[in-house]
Amino acid sequence: MGSITLEHVNKSFGEVEIIPDISLEIEDGEFVVFVGPSGCGKSTLLRLIAGLEDTTSGHIKLDGEDVTGAPPARRGLAMVFQSYALYPHMSVRDNIAFPLKMAKMPQAEIDKKVEYAARTLNLGSYLDRRPRALSGGQRQRVAIGRAIVREPKAFLFDEPLSNLDAALRVNMRLEITELHQQLKTTMIYVTHDQVEAMTMADRIVVLNAGNVEQFGSPLELYKRPANRFVAGFIGSPKMNFVDGPEAEKHNAHSIGVRPEHFTLSTTAGAGQWAGTVNVAEQLGSDTFLHVEVEGLGLMTVRTDGEQTFRHGDKVYLTPDANRIYRFDAAGLALQD
Amino acid sequence: MATRQTRTLARTMMAPAVIVLLIWMAVPLAMTIWFSFQNYSLINPMMTGFAGWGNYEYVIGDPSFTQALVNTLLLVGGVLLITVIGGTFLALLLDQPIWGQGVLRILVISPFFVMPPVAALIWKNGFMHPGYGMLGHLFKALGLEPVDWFAQYPLFSVIVIVAWQWLPFATLILLTALQSLSEEQREAAEMDGANAVNRFRYIILPHMARAITIVILIQTIFLLGIFAEIRVTTGGGPGYASTNIAFLVFRTGILSNDIGAGSAGGVVAVIIANIVAIFLMRAVGKNLDA
Repeated sequence: MGSITLEHVNKSFGEVEIIPDISLEIEDGEFVVFVGPSGCGKSTLLRLIAGLEDTTSGHIKLDGEDVTGAPPARRGLAMVFQSYALYPHMSVRDNIAFPLKMAKMPQAEIDKKVEYAARTLNLGSYLDRRPRALSGGQRQRVAIGRAIVREPKAFLFDEPLSNLDAALRVNMRLEITELHQQLKTTMIYVTHDQVEAMTMADRIVVLNAGNVEQFGSPLELYKRPANRFVAGFIGSPKMNFVDGPEAEKHNAHSIGVRPEHFTLSTTAGAGQWAGTVNVAEQLGSDTFLHVEVEGLGLMTVRTDGEQTFRHGDKVYLTPDANRIYRFDAAGLALQD
Repeated sequence: MATRQTRTLARTMMAPAVIVLLIWMAVPLAMTIWFSFQNYSLINPMMTGFAGWGNYEYVIGDPSFTQALVNTLLLVGGVLLITVIGGTFLALLLDQPIWGQGVLRILVISPFFVMPPVAALIWKNGFMHPGYGMLGHLFKALGLEPVDWFAQYPLFSVIVIVAWQWLPFATLILLTALQSLSEEQREAAEMDGANAVNRFRYIILPHMARAITIVILIQTIFLLGIFAEIRVTTGGGPGYASTNIAFLVFRTGILSNDIGAGSAGGVVAVIIANIVAIFLMRAVGKNLDA
């Protein structure tokens, strides 16, 4: 069991208000990702749930029980830190066993659980090493191992992959997702990387300046962003925004078009917007064109990798009429 | 230090300092060893010449030597015990966020800046004097008999004074070690359900092990040669009750004017210091490789 409810949670450090007012319902077994730019309060929110910070006002409930004032140990949550926070003077085995030892579990049972965790995470041959002798990915697994042996109500991950190289990050992303499918325990995962958020989450909380901008499934966020911030944050490369007369044609203050929702042509006049290629980023599978459109500014356009473009090439763009996002003056999405 | 040229330059530049240091160390040591095998007493200037092992037999054979050796070990051990345990406690306290932290830390460090003879005098007259010392007044106020510390507990009194002086050093080193512990590790331990005592035992103490080792090593080197505090307070007495090896060398060589025997005592002191150092490195040095 592990449903987490936040009710009007507020957190201030002295005069500075980090989180003005957040209410969230996280269901048992869900994989929820907190995503947002740095300084948006996502880590603070996680630490509030963990009990490492006190809430200024509001309530936090675990399985319906109010734990707002409870110390971290009492809450039955496990956390994986960005720096892994392994105990350097203990072997991998002792690191994983530490929470069980603190819970005064009999040694035989501890051994069994450590063995099981090590098998789940492929750590078998490293059990007697010190954390220093492990690679980044292995340390990450030990930190996860230390979390799973406790059989917590929920796992909290604080940017756990940010210290790994790109290839390993993709691997660990898969491993954590698999782990979630296997354990079916509630997981809250904090990241600034929208790709991690999109690929791992059941539901995503997009945070900005301590406020929840939108809470929904990845595709919901992609297809129906609540406002301009979410539209710009979710999706890679970023959505293109156009203000002014061009937007007014669509009865909106501004419109947004994702790079993948353009039809591209090199035939003169075969498109709504004419532009010049500034930079072409070729990934092989795709090419991202940065096109300077006359009167509208720089736009990113995704095209397949078949055609080669050079700096200065003339291109003609047509936004997909059904996939134009419209926003009002306050940045809120306009429904059709 | 990559090229041959920079290496040669480095050696040339360092040579004067190294040579001076070597002379500074080697010449007095050689002279001490030389004197220790000579009949050389200022009271009896007619008796000269090679003494063989006579001086050594005289120094080591004397019962005062055994007592001085025991006193030295008690002094070093006692001060280490007080400073390491007390320093750990003080460091834990000073690590807490409190108002006026900066001033408080300077106050805690300040005894270290007081010169040993001055510190000893403050304790001798200000605190431990049975007539007008603070402790004497305190005992009287409580209706107790004032204690004449230096007569009744001479070695213990010296230990207290030296510990007072070295406590700041231990506190300072241990505090910096404490502050280098990553906040996330503490928090992880907290999440793992470790209470304050367990966090100290399993996380903080192992983290400080290296700093404690350094404190023990450095302090031992200095504590083996404690002199000023004894000279100012008890003068090594009553009898030999508060005489350590260093003070015994002084009593033999300077007070009794027997340069030969004093030198022999000095050589023995050097050997003992080295033995202690070797044992210490063996016992606690393994913490340093970690």
